[in-house]
Amino acid sequence: MLEVTGLRVAYGGIQAVRGITFHVEQGEMVALIGANGAGKTSTLKALSRLLNASGGSVRYCGKEISALAPHQLVAEGIALVPEGRGVFPRMSIVENLLMGAYSRRDKEGIAADTKHVFSLFPRLKERAQQLAGTLSGGEQQMLAIGRALMSRPKLLLLDEPSMGLAPLMVQKIFEVVCTVAKEGMTVLLVEQNAKLALEVSQRGYVMESGEITLTDDAKSLLANPKVREAYLGE
Amino acid sequence: MDIFIQQIINGLVLGSIYALVALGYTMVYGIMGLINFAHGEVVMIGAMVALFVIKALAGLPVFVTLPLALAAAAGVCMAVGFTIERVAYRPLRRAPKLAPLITAIGVSIILQNLAMLIWGRNYHAFPPILPTSDHEIFGATITSLQIVIIVIAALMMAGLTLLVQRTRLGRAMRATSENPPIAQLMGVNINQIISATFVIGSALAAVAGLMVSANYSIAHYYMGFMLGLKAFTAAVLGGIGNLAGAMLGGILLGIIESLGAGYIGDLTGGFLGSHYQDIFAFFVLIGVLIFRPSGLIGERIAERA
Repeated sequence: MLEVTGLRVAYGGIQAVRGITFHVEQGEMVALIGANGAGKTSTLKALSRLLNASGGSVRYCGKEISALAPHQLVAEGIALVPEGRGVFPRMSIVENLLMGAYSRRDKEGIAADTKHVFSLFPRLKERAQQLAGTLSGGEQQMLAIGRALMSRPKLLLLDEPSMGLAPLMVQKIFEVVCTVAKEGMTVLLVEQNAKLALEVSQRGYVMESGEITLTDDAKSLLANPKVREAYLGE
Repeated sequence: MDIFIQQIINGLVLGSIYALVALGYTMVYGIMGLINFAHGEVVMIGAMVALFVIKALAGLPVFVTLPLALAAAAGVCMAVGFTIERVAYRPLRRAPKLAPLITAIGVSIILQNLAMLIWGRNYHAFPPILPTSDHEIFGATITSLQIVIIVIAALMMAGLTLLVQRTRLGRAMRATSENPPIAQLMGVNINQIISATFVIGSALAAVAGLMVSANYSIAHYYMGFMLGLKAFTAAVLGGIGNLAGAMLGGILLGIIESLGAGYIGDLTGGFLGSHYQDIFAFFVLIGVLIFRPSGLIGERIAERA
């Protein structure tokens, strides 16, 4: 479904992503793990076109998407939950969800999907009219994921959904991500929390200093001594 | 007491006009962090176009000429606003903030000079469009025209508020103003939203232009300069970037100015007369910038990273 070949991202003279190649198949959940500064977020930003890649190709469903404008990706079926959540703080929860459905015109479908998001995250329903800026970090993360789902994406890109959250909240959010994946969503999960990410994914890629250094199915990566030493703190 | 109420009424009329113009400044600032100093000139163009339509249609009943003049002025101003953004500001979207600011002043000068070439340097008398009938309230008089100005301004502000708060376009405008990259991820075409913002602001400016010329019975190619500065002051007073702030700031500034003009003679023992009216706006601007730079209901603006 997603084929990334030789992707490069540079900030000025500094190479953040040095020609990485990976792919995500339809219906898969794939983890991209690595330490802070390994280039994971830059990769996602290049995929979602918030950053210009300096080289390589990104094919999605057989179509080259590396020249599209960021606002065109939603229509293709790609949604990003950005690092740091990026909710609109001075808009209510409902308005944030409506922004997620901005590319759609089917009123009934939007109403149904709002209900679906509220059933996934009952916390959001209780606070439907509250401004997003007044929510806790975990609630904002729920909202960011719910908002992304509102565009009915085929491919969901998640950037560090566990960042800065209490363990209990992380657990809740990952439960929902797994539910969504089981319903057939294709997910690319970028995480520093390698253990968590590999436990829920089918395959994983390990990124170091802008390069992919290791790839395997998630179980094998979890058992791999190098991964255990570098990312699981053993 | 009569003077006081009279000046409040005059201030409300003036303030409604300031508020409409201030909305144009504040909308553009809210979305792209730019102070569009050419906005006052758009008001002037609106006044000039309306004036010439009214003159050309002289003899027809007012309920024909007025809507036509308004439509023509709004149409021309919307086209001008759209073009300014496309030609002057869009190429500078990623430039340091000083560049578009200086460009805005340049655009302002170009528009003034174009207006001078088209309509000449003379003051144009604005024909009375409504019968000059006076109404009395609390011992003060208000003309039909003044009532119409206040009502239309209130309707336009209510309409804009509904648009921004309740519609898909309004949500996209607010989302863009809060976080442009994230708005793009939602599928918002930021260029379209910015164009829409300029077009809407320019339509308000056109209405304000017609109002101010009708109110003072005069139009002139240079009228946009002072009016623009004052509306900008009103936007800063209310808290630039904030729609309610622009409306509040506009009304307040109008009232401050009118009261100031009404009492300045008494206050200075006849030393300064009401033609010093303009100084109050700038006292207000200086005061706000020193004591409350975020404006009355604006949030403290941290420089965006």
